[in-house]
Amino acid sequence: MPITINGAEHDLDVDPRTSLLDFLRTGCGLTGTKKGCDHGQCGACTVLLNGQRINSCLTLAVMHDGDSVTTIEGLGTPDAPHPLQAAFVRHDGYQCGYCTPGQICSAKAMLDEVAAGWTSFVSDDVAGAPKLSEEEIRERMSGNVCRCGAYSNIVAAIAEVAEAQA
Amino acid sequence: MKPFDYQRAHGLGDAGQLLVAEGAKPIAGGTNLLDLMKLEVETPTALVDVNRLPLGGITPHGEGLHIGALVSNSACAADPRIRGQYPVLARAILAGATFQLRNKATTGGNLCQRTRCYYFYDLSQSCNKREPGTGCAAIGGFNRIHAILGASDACIATYPGDMAVALSALDATVEIHGAKGDKRMVPVRDFHRLPGDTPERDNVLEPGDVITGVVLPAPPGGTQLYRKVRDRASYAFALVSVAAVVHLEEGVIASARLAFGGLAHKPWHDPRVEALLEGQAPSDALFDEAAALLLDTARGQGSNDFKIPLTRRTLKAVLREATGGTL
Repeated sequence: MPITINGAEHDLDVDPRTSLLDFLRTGCGLTGTKKGCDHGQCGACTVLLNGQRINSCLTLAVMHDGDSVTTIEGLGTPDAPHPLQAAFVRHDGYQCGYCTPGQICSAKAMLDEVAAGWTSFVSDDVAGAPKLSEEEIRERMSGNVCRCGAYSNIVAAIAEVAEAQA
Repeated sequence: MKPFDYQRAHGLGDAGQLLVAEGAKPIAGGTNLLDLMKLEVETPTALVDVNRLPLGGITPHGEGLHIGALVSNSACAADPRIRGQYPVLARAILAGATFQLRNKATTGGNLCQRTRCYYFYDLSQSCNKREPGTGCAAIGGFNRIHAILGASDACIATYPGDMAVALSALDATVEIHGAKGDKRMVPVRDFHRLPGDTPERDNVLEPGDVITGVVLPAPPGGTQLYRKVRDRASYAFALVSVAAVVHLEEGVIASARLAFGGLAHKPWHDPRVEALLEGQAPSDALFDEAAALLLDTARGQGSNDFKIPLTRRTLKAVLREATGGTL
């Protein structure tokens, strides 16, 4: 079975060692997803797998026939940006931009997780409904590193979209 | 990464047969295994993908729950039954890694995650766990994250996980499907091993074994806490962690189930400490006594000497909080 990436089907005829990240970048030409550490520590490679955020560097492409992947290219375009993309621009949520696709894919899934009622380690009541505070956003985005240190603007951009969606 | 054969298991029996082969390893979430394969710390000749086996779902099991081995850490921590009745487990899972990793990491795979000892990861260094018989560069080296309890002259590595620490406090059981089709139940407290002179074996799994699930006993109630002390506020392994399930009745500790992370080659559980606390009224002196007993065989390795007082203080803080005292 093929893998579906941003709505288009792709054949998975690759060396089994190929990470999903390398398949996206070199097999599909989707270079929006970035390779940072290649060890699941930086989050630059974050994509949505069947709607959930994952590190695409830490999974093999061959494991994903029949799955659906959304990358930054599938979230928005320069003419029709995703609300998070527009908010990152408005709030200057980056300097070099290398971590940004991962940050935005991660934030998209994070807002979905909150909507689904998932709590985090900093939630006061692990069994209750989550409330998205700045502390919560920081904890929930801790898998995405920004070496330029644009964190406060990233948090502001995400908080604005969260409020607009609430 | 070294080349390997990619195989997909189509049933439990099939998985067992594929996994008895020399050099074969199962892959589920892969977040730890692929990291180690990229570094060539792990060099399986065959990867058996178990992701399509019917091992998902959290289902009632007696008075407790059965968590399928392929239930992701995220799904487990988000389950209302886990959050409501086993909050120590939800908290412990949420204390580990990141949302991205927890979406991929599985219940079975997380139990099998390997140590983060720097020397285990560094192929230029001697490591009895990676390459038996080569020695242990951590002894006398940089050993800030290493064991203070249960270590051996061959290995001072720690088990790095959080989830298993809570499972140990809850006295959960690992369900294992053997290569011959047999099923066995191993208490989480006996699943991981102390290093002894065979540190290459992290746990009691045999070739061809597949973890099929984890069984939680009836909800224990009480006050359930998971406290983790680490170098960063998020996304860092525990220097010390404590999972606690404590019942207080009429001002007396009726029961205290305690397990510790970051201290040893396995989640540490010491029934002597629980027995000492039971039937006693909470007090600072009692908690001091409990900590002293927990740490009576503790031995620092130099850079990790601080873990001994840190463990004492963390245990006392948890016991104070669990018994309604001030921190």
